[in-house]
Order: sequence, then structure tokens, then C-alpha cells
Amino acid sequence: MPDNNENKLRNATIAVLVDNEPGILARVVGLFSGRGYNIESLTVAPVDEDRTISRITIVTGGTEMVIEQIKAQLDRLVPVRKVCDLSLEGAHLARELMLIKVVCTGEQRMEALRLADAFRARVVDATTASFVFEMTGNGDKLEAFTALMRPLGLAEVVRTGVIGIARGTYSLKA
Amino acid sequence: MSAAIQQNATAATQTMSGAEIVLRALKEQGVEVIFGYPGGAVLPLYDALFQQNAIRHILVRHEQAAVHAAEGYARSTGKVGCVLVTSGPGATNAVTGLLDALMDSIPLVCLTGQVPTHLIGNDAFQEADTTGITRPATKHNYLVKDIKKLAGVMHEAFYVARSGRPGPVVVDLPKDILIGQGPYHEAPTAPHRSYRPQREPNPEMIAQAVKLLKGAKRPIVYAGGGIVNAGPEASRLLTEFVRLTGMPCTNTLMGLGTFPASDKQFLGMLGMHGTYEANMAMHGCDVMLNIGARFDDRVTGRLNAFAPTAKKIHADIDQSSINKNVPVDVAIIGDAGLTLKALLEAWQASEQPRHTGALADWWRQIEGWRGIQCLRYQQEGSIIKPQHAIRRLYEITQEIGRETFITTEVGQHQMWAAQYFGFDKPNHWMTSGGLGTMGYGLPAAMGVQIAHPDALVIDIAGEASILMNIQEMATIAQYRLPVKVFILNNEYMGMVRQWQELLHGGRYSESYSAALPDFVKLAESFHARGVRITRPEDLDAGIREILAHPGPVIADIAVAKDENCFPMIPSGAAHNEMILGPGQEGGVKGVTDEGKVLV
Repeated sequence: MPDNNENKLRNATIAVLVDNEPGILARVVGLFSGRGYNIESLTVAPVDEDRTISRITIVTGGTEMVIEQIKAQLDRLVPVRKVCDLSLEGAHLARELMLIKVVCTGEQRMEALRLADAFRARVVDATTASFVFEMTGNGDKLEAFTALMRPLGLAEVVRTGVIGIARGTYSLKA
Repeated sequence: MSAAIQQNATAATQTMSGAEIVLRALKEQGVEVIFGYPGGAVLPLYDALFQQNAIRHILVRHEQAAVHAAEGYARSTGKVGCVLVTSGPGATNAVTGLLDALMDSIPLVCLTGQVPTHLIGNDAFQEADTTGITRPATKHNYLVKDIKKLAGVMHEAFYVARSGRPGPVVVDLPKDILIGQGPYHEAPTAPHRSYRPQREPNPEMIAQAVKLLKGAKRPIVYAGGGIVNAGPEASRLLTEFVRLTGMPCTNTLMGLGTFPASDKQFLGMLGMHGTYEANMAMHGCDVMLNIGARFDDRVTGRLNAFAPTAKKIHADIDQSSINKNVPVDVAIIGDAGLTLKALLEAWQASEQPRHTGALADWWRQIEGWRGIQCLRYQQEGSIIKPQHAIRRLYEITQEIGRETFITTEVGQHQMWAAQYFGFDKPNHWMTSGGLGTMGYGLPAAMGVQIAHPDALVIDIAGEASILMNIQEMATIAQYRLPVKVFILNNEYMGMVRQWQELLHGGRYSESYSAALPDFVKLAESFHARGVRITRPEDLDAGIREILAHPGPVIADIAVAKDENCFPMIPSGAAHNEMILGPGQEGGVKGVTDEGKVLV
């Protein structure tokens, strides 16, 4: 009989190596929407020399049974070469890139710059009335910085979604 | 596209048109018959077909029927079925059939025409985003935009369709690709770059399964359509395993025939309209071996009450079927036949003692459930009972002794066919299980008859379902297919009416089959024989006459209008909460709102 553990929700960062062919992203996204799985973030880009393989990183959540199901469903797609649950493969790094625009003047500009410095965000554009900061990190860090910018004149945020890689020697290969 | 395909392209020897490449690949893949319907985008292919004799084309009257016919062909032969339709409406009409094949794991390759590549995306005449539309209705699909890759894609399509858990594959072919010149190369011998389903079961899992099964006091084998897909040898091994172990065996709707219905260890079909003994044994078992079935909701009933005391072993070729609906204790990924072979060997090698006394008690309990005779009916009075009509059809086909294939439409008649027609061999029962597609049976019967020209092929139908693809009577006439259509005519969409009676206060909203055709005249207008049987005393002679007729027949059997299909597990109920027959419908009143939501 299922115990309570099986109903516990967890997040999973899943790395998928796929053939870089038209329609593969639609296949993956269609699988998630068609089966009612949740996508928190999704990134994709070719990663090999001759651009035949793309790596997709999907952040999703669900019960253990649902996450196992997601991995099995991904794995049986014909163009999918490898599926890896980074959350289960031991320690892994997860990073996201954010560009954030703050429109402000006077003392608020100084405060924004001070906080950006503390968070190691880089100024990539500046006018007399605005900054664009570039920042990488995990989701929590990006969210904390965004929250601090809100009262200072937060105007626009753009984020890439999470990419992830395992720590140590383990590497995901097609 | 893949490196493997490109690599093969370099080894090409001959150049020919795209249409010729397609036909050559079909021949190499062993295709003998293709079911299709022409149109503008596929004219080059039809032109190439015209100029050869190796592949026979069967002209259907609607693209949906082409797919169902290919399903019937595939299911009755174990080969990959093949379909050819045009772009736009040709492709969209095929979608229902494709999804049907996906749900029931039937291997198909469906070639669809497409507007030329330079017009794709321009809303051209008869353009549809076929790969977009069919993505969730196929196992995989391809749009060929480079003729150099055409041969490779064709071979890969057949490989994907038949490997692992079989399914339908679409190859979308723009017209300029069919007309253009390109290289042909043979099917690759190297393994596929990414899709390599596991066929050999893990010995450790086999050992765990045998340990559980040997230690079982109340075991059961629950076998499904995966065994049909694994080939007739898998059914033979299943039978050997069940007889060797002395366990009771039940089949899913899709698995009927994989274990002989006439065997005393067979409990009948399980699930919503399964037998009392099969469902009670599933509910009460302590170890369950599921081979080639997927814990479908029609089978499990309420999940939290499904086989509550059982250790569950699940053998399936599709990893994603494991732990999808029901968490299991032992998972075996692999081909059903190889799994059964491994189980048999491990069983024979194991010296673990069995609980013979407990097993005898288990059988005594099962005999008690059998004693209820849940499929009993009373044929009396002047009206034919549908159950009786099917039972007599079965018994008379047994007497005649001809090889018999049964297809069905969807509804009450389908469940009665599953309950009252006995199947002793796999590949002889064709029905739409997962999708429940009304209109499946007649075209499926055509496909079966094409593959088995001398066999008796019967479509057991309802008067509502049969009208969904009735145009195929013209195909049947054209190819002189002696298909027998056995309509149980109760003037209702019977299963809808049954649910309305049991769950919606008897408000028969739109379920009456008004303005029915005269099926005898309809048959005659399609150059077939029409027969109407209304009286029980005429039934046997009528059936003999139908089966003896050398050509196609539509038999319109007037049956009791208010008959319900029992036993029944109401939606949202457990296996041990079955309704056995009329008078017990009170049990349905206990259906919760949660249960009513379920279909």
C-alpha cells in the first residue's frame, strides 16, 4: 500500500540529451502539457561540436511516482538519447541568467548599485535614469535580488530558466 | 537528422524518384498490402503504385477506415500495417485511427501526402500541419524535407513501429520530395542511435518474481495485449507457464486469446464487465503477475481498493507503464515472450517449496465464485437476447470448425462478444480497447479478410456503431471480401442507454437510434446479402445461412432493447463491489459523485 512518503512532492532538475531536429521541443512540451505535468522552467541549446545534439534542462515537480513517470515518458521518445535526474545523481549545480532593468533616480540609484555590488550583479547598460543588471545564480538568489529592486524602481525582468550540471567527474553523454 | 541516416546516405548506390524510393522501401520492409485513398499531394505515389505489381493497394472509402483496416491486418498477422493518405483532410481523417492504434499498441506506418516544401506554412490548398496534429496520436512521426534522408526515414519508421511497445508512425511526404530524384539505400544493419528498447528481462527481477510466485498462497496471472504483440510463441509460453504453475489466469480485453478460453484455469476477462470470479480473484489474491497489461482504469476500478493485499509483479516492455497507475513490488522490463521463457526456466530451476494446501483452498474459493454463474442468462419468450445471439454464433462457428476472426465495434455488443465468444488463440480477436472507437469493426474486418482470404471474418456490431463506417461496404463489395456483419440491433446506443438508466435517472438523452436504415436493403444496395432475424427460433438457421453464404452479409438481429451488460463494476467502485445483474442496480445508487465523474 502506498505510504505517505509517496505523496510527498519534490522538485526535479532533469537533463535530457536529444537529437537536434525540428519538432523535438514541441514533442517534449507536448508530452508535459498532454499528460498534465508541470514545467517550472525549460532551457534548450545544442551542445556538441557539429550541433546534432541538444541538451534540455527541465525543472519540474511532483510526487516520486510522477517524476519517475516523467523520466520514463521522456526516455521513450524516439529522438531522446539520455535522461538524467540531476536531483538524484548527487550534488549538482543549477544556474540561471537574469537581466533586470531598474528605472530610478537620485539616492535610489546609489542604493541599487550598492545592492548590485553585494549580489555580484554586473551593470551592462546605464542611462541617467536606468540600469540593466546582469546576474547569474540559482533561483533563490535571483529572486532575492529582484525583491530588493522592486521598491527601487524595478521595470523589467528576463530570465533564461535553469541549466544544471552534476558536480565531480560524472558527465552526461549521448 | 541523425548521423546514422546521413551515413547511410553516403553509401547510396542508385538514384530514383522519391515515390520510387518509398515503394522500394515498402517492398524491402515486406509490405504486401497498403490501405489508402488518393489525392493531389500523393499522386506521384499512386502513379508509382500503378506501375508495379508487388504491393497491392486497397482503396477504402474514408481514410479513418484505411487505418482501422491496417490495424486489423496488423493485429491478425503480427506484421506492420501500412496506410497511404493524402494531405490535409486525408491526414486529419486518419487521426482517429492513429490514436486508436497508439492506445492499443498496434504497429502501423501511415504515409501522408503534404504540400510541396516551399508552400509549407502558407495555408496552401489541402495543407495541414500533419506532424503537429499527429504528434500526440503517434508513437513517432517524420516530415521529410530532404530527399537524401527519405530512404533512411522510411526504414526507421518501420523499425520504430514494430520495436518495443509497437505503435503507429506517420511519415509526412511533401509532393516535391516524391517527385524529386534521390538516392536509395537499404535498411541499416547497425543498431538505432537512440531507440533501443530493452527486450531481455533482468534475471534478478525474474528471480524475485519467481520467489514471490512460489511463495504465494493466492496467486493470479493477469495477461494482456502485450502477449499478442510478442507473437504466438508468447501465448504458448503463457499457457505452458500457467498450466505448470497451476495458477488461475485472467485476460484483459486486449489479451483475450492469449490463454485458451476453454482451459479450466481460465477465469474469463477481468475489469468493468469482467467475470465475477476474475475480479474477486484479483481482489483477493496475495501475489499478482501482470504480463503485458497496463493497469487500465477499466481493469482496476477504484485504485485505492485495487488488489489491496497483493504483492504485484509487472512485466511490460514499456518502462513508462511501470508504476504509472499502480505501484508495483517487482518490475520486469522486457519482451513478454522472453520474460515468460525466463520465468519458466527460473521456476523449474527453483526448489522453493509451494503452499499446495493453500493453493487448493484458493481454487476452492474460486470455484465458489464461479458457482455464481455471473454470465448466466435466460433465453425465453419471443425476443432474442443479445447474449444468446453471440453464444450461438460462437457455438455454431465451433461446429463449423473454420478458422474464425472476430472484430467488434464499441459498446454493449463488444462487451458481450468479449464475454460470450471464446477465444483459444491469439490474433483472432480485434477490438478497439483503449480509445473505444465506434466504427472500428467493419474496416478492421476488411483488413483481417485481406490478410486471411479463406477465413471466416465476423464483425460483431451494434446498429449505431456500424453506421459510423458503413461506407466501407463499398470497399467490401469492390474486393469481394466475404465479411459477415452481425448487428445486434436494440435500437439504442446501448452502453450510453445503460449508463443513463443506471446513473442518470433513466433520462435517455439522445441515445435512441432513430430513423435507422433498412439494413437488408442497405446490404443489397452494396451488392451484399441482407438477412433479418427477429425470432429466437430462427436464430440458429439464420446464423448457419449467414456463415454459409460465400459473399458478404449484413445480418440485422433484432434483440431485447432493454438488456444491460452485466456483471458490471460501477465507475469508482472496487472489484468486490460488482453488480451481477438486474435487480441489483440498487448497488449503483451507492456510486459517489467522485465515481460519477469517471467515464
